[in-house]
Amino acid sequence: MRIVLALALLSLFVSPGMAGEAQIAVAANFAEPAREIARAFAAKGAHTARLSFGASGAFFAQIGQGAPFDVFLSADEERPRKLAEEGHGVASSRFAYAMGRLALWSRDAGRAKGEETLREARFDKIAVANPAGAPYGAAAHDAMKALGVADALKPKIVEGASIGQTFQFVETGNAEWGFVALSQTVGKGGSLWLVPAHLHAPIRQDAILLKHGADNAAATAFLDFLKSAEARAIAARYGYETAP
Amino acid sequence: MTSLPPDLWSTVALTLKLATLTTLALLLVGTPLAWRLARSKAWWKEIVAALVAMPLVLPPTVLGFYLLLALGPDGPGGALASLWGARTLAFTFEGLLIGSVIYSLPFVVQPIRNAFEAMGERPMEVAATLRASPRAAFWRVALPLARPGLLTGAVLGFAHTVGEFGVVLMIGGNIPGRTRVLSTAIYDYVETSRWTEANWLAGGMVAFSFAVILATILIERRARARLA
Repeated sequence: MRIVLALALLSLFVSPGMAGEAQIAVAANFAEPAREIARAFAAKGAHTARLSFGASGAFFAQIGQGAPFDVFLSADEERPRKLAEEGHGVASSRFAYAMGRLALWSRDAGRAKGEETLREARFDKIAVANPAGAPYGAAAHDAMKALGVADALKPKIVEGASIGQTFQFVETGNAEWGFVALSQTVGKGGSLWLVPAHLHAPIRQDAILLKHGADNAAATAFLDFLKSAEARAIAARYGYETAP
Repeated sequence: MTSLPPDLWSTVALTLKLATLTTLALLLVGTPLAWRLARSKAWWKEIVAALVAMPLVLPPTVLGFYLLLALGPDGPGGALASLWGARTLAFTFEGLLIGSVIYSLPFVVQPIRNAFEAMGERPMEVAATLRASPRAAFWRVALPLARPGLLTGAVLGFAHTVGEFGVVLMIGGNIPGRTRVLSTAIYDYVETSRWTEANWLAGGMVAFSFAVILATILIERRARARLA
């Protein structure tokens, strides 16, 4: 009897076909949909995904140094490609899981006046993510240049280390405006201007299976799930478009 | 030397300016505070001491988060800033200074308090029998006796401010010449794979920290030798 009990207990931990777990590094802009996608993924019952959020640049540096992530959802295509080239990722697994949209956002309602908001520049501070580490920051600088307001706005810029921190600067009211990911503004109110996509290079967000997760069934299953209609529908609800 | 980052010197200068002003402010605020903590017999003095020591154990992110709210338009910092037409104290040098003073407070108060306590009641009593006013006794007896503690506090407060990262990252906004300090510059370089620059700055910080710790050890040894 005791043995049966012990075996039963043991089976809790090592049941055959045990639900695996994948460690996912997620670019900060995709945090909200990723949480929802991970919940839907776990609900399938086979595996679970544990998420870490941060700037793509920071993850890139960490993965290059052997950080134990199985999958990387970057905010750009550049870093996953480099990781594949350097042997930290599986090149054939790389695909675009979302096309990001940039938004100019204020927590106050009724303030957005399209690109005039930037031309008039009637504000003290505008938050932009560090363009070197965060692709949305680079896109924001593209857009300001395209509108010819880059020099005028330069003294008003405060920099967030990631798009997550950039959003936080605006949400706490410390900066009146900020270039954030459209997905971050979902359900947050305030007012926004959806920056026309032609003003910046497309924000193609690539996912890649990392060396660390190459043999992890949960990691490949998560990537498959990310391609499913269900996951794409979740991403679409947060304003992400599907890659052409 | 071509690999030295171009804005290195302005970043170093800003870091030193922040650390120097923070240390001065902390000596001004911290010395009377340490004196009261050392001499007071009030029951609540250890509650104050615990509050002063809080930044030792609180994650910088907690301080950074509350500072971001407190300095902003919804907090007292925003009200203060509106006096000169600004909306927030975040992203300003003054904001960093406020954050640094809170963050490094225990590093300055504790050594000074220890020094005041170590000298005991006796010197002040002797000074009183020699008809020195309490104020004169404080300036001419207590402060000189506590000099090693003041020095240790100043060195630690300075060094701790130079090494401050989390708070600056959360309320600074990384503005060159205003809020971009060495620790955040290093983070930037690492994050963007510019490891040569990161190495220069990080290596410098390692050497600096070693010098600071060695200096405090030597200060304390000399103080102890003099007391013996």
